[in-house]
Amino acid sequence: MNSSNSVSNVLNTGLNADISTADVNDKMGAKKIVKLYYLETKFEWLKSIRNPAFALPATLFPAIFYLFFGVLMNQHNPQVATFLLCTYGTFGVIGPALFSFGAGLAVERGQGWLDIKDASPMPSSAQIVSRLIVSMGFSLIVLVTLGFVAFGLTDVSLSLAQILQLSGMLIIGALPFCLLGLTLGLLLKAQSAPAVVNVIYLPLSFLSGLWVPISMLPTYLQSFAHFLPPYHLSQLALKVVSLDAGGSVAQHLLVLVVFSVLFFITAVLAFKKKTA
Amino acid sequence: MQPSSTTQICNESAPDCNLPSRRVIASARGVTKRFNGKTALHDINLDICSGQVLAILGANGAGKTTLINILLGRLNVDAGEVSVFGYPAGSLPAKRRAGVLLQVAALPETLKIKEHIQLFQSYYPQPMAYQKVIEYAGLQEMQHRYSKKLSGGEKQRLLFALSICGNPKLLFLDEPSVGMDVEARKGLWQAILDLKKSGTAIVLTTHYLEEADRLADEIVLLKQGEIIQRGTTSQIKASVSHAIVRFSANDSGIDYTTIAGVERVTSSGKFIELASSDINQTLKALLILEPQVQDLTVSNMGLEDAFLHLNQQNAHTTTGATNKQGEQA
Repeated sequence: MNSSNSVSNVLNTGLNADISTADVNDKMGAKKIVKLYYLETKFEWLKSIRNPAFALPATLFPAIFYLFFGVLMNQHNPQVATFLLCTYGTFGVIGPALFSFGAGLAVERGQGWLDIKDASPMPSSAQIVSRLIVSMGFSLIVLVTLGFVAFGLTDVSLSLAQILQLSGMLIIGALPFCLLGLTLGLLLKAQSAPAVVNVIYLPLSFLSGLWVPISMLPTYLQSFAHFLPPYHLSQLALKVVSLDAGGSVAQHLLVLVVFSVLFFITAVLAFKKKTA
Repeated sequence: MQPSSTTQICNESAPDCNLPSRRVIASARGVTKRFNGKTALHDINLDICSGQVLAILGANGAGKTTLINILLGRLNVDAGEVSVFGYPAGSLPAKRRAGVLLQVAALPETLKIKEHIQLFQSYYPQPMAYQKVIEYAGLQEMQHRYSKKLSGGEKQRLLFALSICGNPKLLFLDEPSVGMDVEARKGLWQAILDLKKSGTAIVLTTHYLEEADRLADEIVLLKQGEIIQRGTTSQIKASVSHAIVRFSANDSGIDYTTIAGVERVTSSGKFIELASSDINQTLKALLILEPQVQDLTVSNMGLEDAFLHLNQQNAHTTTGATNKQGEQA
């Protein structure tokens, strides 16, 4: 900008004066940044837990399904109960991941609420980190309720180490599904988002053998399951109790990592499309 | 840069901006924006001064929201440049010194007003004190209410609260008083004037011309993406040197448009209003044509009349531009 006319002069002097005080005013100390992430997570949690349409199905459905298939229809076979505990655990952690990111984000985006957040100096990562932690929190609740049903009503017996390993793996293993949810949340329309997420979530779970053991599905569906990420997460979980189909840990991990990268890329593309 | 008529508004129309205590804190130069080849904004030049309220007026689709989004850095320009506090629009330092109220359909329903405000305070390096935010926005009585249970006007008050959480030096208010009752609107106006007094620059778009009249130090009138008029409210009113003649008469079938000086005839109820460019001639002719007129009043054009008039006048003079409505609402 040239300074040959009076306006530019005014502009420059004004701006210089501002910049001199900028360093003092614009700094966010580490303490304030931590507080920002803490509050974002706290209120994301309160927002979700107070919303019965999200909180109830997410936490209770896996336990209710397990009650039907793992307890009532099971002839007191501890091995079946253990097997289904692992697959319904997988089913349970995928739900909050897809719904918190997918449906939750799409609805707030549709309301224009994300525009306000976007115009504020909130770092976009705060939004993602808080949702990630919240969906992990819900995963934990799901696993605890499942545990109550399993240990209270069946003859499942697991060591403490197995319980911790299983829980930790499932909670971290939900990451690729958070990224899938993030992509959906950035792409879907608010009104249709919950329905679309269900249409993806439920068949994906069934086809991956999370509801009934995959060996009970027709052969062509069994081979199809190998292309679905929930199948590989459930195999990792089953490995903890030595009931898996025999694939190597490295192979399952590789598939999950590949899907994570893929969904991360789609999320970035969806984000770019949104701001174009 | 050519010192054309539009680049020096701070000198011409809003002389206060050159006072030492006030300064230009954001500016747009030659901003042009197209959507799918249609021009939404054309060669917009603006200076935003501290301690002043700049009102951007225009009909739906005139480019108001597009302009705000460009100043916020949420849209890229096709030509021209935008600077906010010396930083690019939408950059972190610019965002930390600004506050924004945009039109929002709904807020997350399961958070309380207090929680919304606490969260937004945490986004800024030097947030405004909570109690002050609540008082400015008039939310004292409902701090613990869930945002689900707010009326349209209450929702706007909460959005206003969130926009001032960061102690902004520059405040963008896109239709802030939509859905507010008279009392709430007056409260909002007072808050805006108080913030202005403390040095905050305010950019306001509104459909309520009374609001612009009451608050604005400078008005920019947008039409089809171009600034067709700018100045203080009194300058805008004066630029339309018309008067309004209002009276009631028995329906006598008279064609008032033929009266000398009359440019526009409107009727509301039993009253007829003539916009006249030559009040003496018009009154003389009117009283000859219709000696029985009752309740005759003559008044200067208000901002609303001036706005209508300018918008209409421009429709005649810039017919070539009428196809350029490439705009998001």
